[in-house]
Amino acid sequence: MIEFLNFYLIPGLVLGSIYALAAAGLSLVYGVMRFAHFAHGELMTWGAYAALLAVGALGISPWLALPVAVLATIPVALAADRAFYAPLRRSAPAVLLISSFGVALMIRALVYLIWGPTPESYARGFTPPLLLGEIRIQQRHLVILGGALLVALAVHLLLSRSRAGRAMRAMADDPDLARITGVPVAGVIRLTWAVSAALAAIAGVFLAVDTELTPLLGFNVLLAAFAAAILGGIGRPWGAALGGLILGVAEELSSYPWIGNAPLLDPSYKTAVAFAVLILVLVVRPQGLFRGMG
Amino acid sequence: MNALEVEGLVKRFGGLAALDGASFAVPAGSITGLIGPNGAGKSTAFATIAGFHRPDAGHVRLFGREVTGESPWALHAAGLARTFQIPRLFARLTVRENLMVAARDQAGERLPAPWFARARIAREEAALAARADAVLARLNLARHADAPASALSGGQKKLVELGRALMSGARVILLDEPAAGVNRTLLREIAATIARLNREEGITFLVIEHDLDLVAELCTPVHCMAEGRVIASGRMEEVRADPMVAEAYLGMAIEPA
Ligand SMILES: Nc1ncnc2c1ncn2[C@@H]1O[C@H](COP(=O)(O)OP(=O)(O)OP(=O)(O)O)[C@@H](O)[C@H]1O
Ligand SMILES: [Mg+2]
Repeated sequence: MIEFLNFYLIPGLVLGSIYALAAAGLSLVYGVMRFAHFAHGELMTWGAYAALLAVGALGISPWLALPVAVLATIPVALAADRAFYAPLRRSAPAVLLISSFGVALMIRALVYLIWGPTPESYARGFTPPLLLGEIRIQQRHLVILGGALLVALAVHLLLSRSRAGRAMRAMADDPDLARITGVPVAGVIRLTWAVSAALAAIAGVFLAVDTELTPLLGFNVLLAAFAAAILGGIGRPWGAALGGLILGVAEELSSYPWIGNAPLLDPSYKTAVAFAVLILVLVVRPQGLFRGMG
Repeated sequence: MNALEVEGLVKRFGGLAALDGASFAVPAGSITGLIGPNGAGKSTAFATIAGFHRPDAGHVRLFGREVTGESPWALHAAGLARTFQIPRLFARLTVRENLMVAARDQAGERLPAPWFARARIAREEAALAARADAVLARLNLARHADAPASALSGGQKKLVELGRALMSGARVILLDEPAAGVNRTLLREIAATIARLNREEGITFLVIEHDLDLVAELCTPVHCMAEGRVIASGRMEEVRADPMVAEAYLGMAIEPA
């Protein structure tokens, strides 16, 4: 039981919170601009490497480098929007999707150019896990769980309580009506990019702390993040976050020895679990799991 | 001074001329009525005035300024708001939020507020919510302020549309059948609200309405449209007495002008 908690459930929740942040950012962009932003994974990667720069230059911990990651990623998203997405705003979603794929490749190339292909890490010393009775939890896992919770709360407050959030929800509901009732569409779009990029950067740093930095860091979880967003009913950030949590936990629990002593599923198949769950949901509840939950 | 001038407006849909040289004026400070049988082109006139359709010919002037072909949001920013015959609301926002979204010049809507502006924005936000609640109370919707707009009845949605137009701070408001689907008692209140806003705040209204008694009570002047043209204008009694109008309402062909 304790083993289940320590080696399956907690890592599952950690992975799940990272998926949740990534998926919420995707979902926000989808909600306001109606397109699947393929470069979201590369924004995560970019943020993680920006933090690496700060960690190296200032000798700070990656947690303290989070603001740097966020501030370095927002301009990239805004520039991509200005240069590539804004001129295509009225085109078909598929056109925007393909152009975001192009942006993804550009950012990735830049990462290869600056940092090279070899994996890096925020070299941290060994920190012993915290012991709460028999429960062992890595300090970094605790920070990721707490951090993700705080960020989710902040996004929730932004969307539900602020004027900007209200304008964003109005855009997500009916963009044409929003425009004709005088919502400052351009400003709301910029804000949406800023929030989405911030979420991507934070998710990227968390993921890099938990694993290692590679130029494919974000891309490797992008499809799972899309799966989570669809699971939650695309365009609903809260649903996406919950979807991410579910997928992360499902992935880790899939290799628990539920029957007998062998893992139920070989751990190398873990990532396929997200898609199995996704396909199941698409067949049974194509509108997502949380319809009507806002 | 006219708030709106429409001159020789033509709008064709395929072969059909929904507007076929419509001309009329809305004096500043008036509540002007726009009547006519179904399919006369009234809603098309609204859509064309408000920039939703580009006219094939003709002019629209707002307080003397040529605005033909301007975008709906530019016209909204210039102080022209409209309601839709079939209500269009933000379904997933609450009724109060639907009104608050339409208020203009909201600091903090573009970017997250800097910390030093927080207090001011919170104050403005509270004032805005209070304004929305006052409008909702006047429209008998106070009880539904926190309900999602999708949960309202058709008549209530019309009222929210009216409320949204009132929140926009517009100087000219186009109302497309505000009385349709609204019960009699509430109708009196809406009429009173429109009259009061017109009197006290000087808002100009152009009202499409099939309830001719309401039009008679509220509107001067009244324009009657048929087949894309204005066939009579004046006070309601005059328009009603016009044989062309009677003919149009019976669905008979109109003599070429
Ligand atoms: N978008 C459109 N595409 C094609 N035809 C249209 C369109 N909008 C209106 N029409 C046609 O234009 C004519 C005028 O329609 P309009 O909606 O302006 O009438 P109305 O005077 O508002 O009538 P009602 O009193 O029934 O609302 C109708 O014949 C209608 O079918
Ligand atoms: Mg109509």
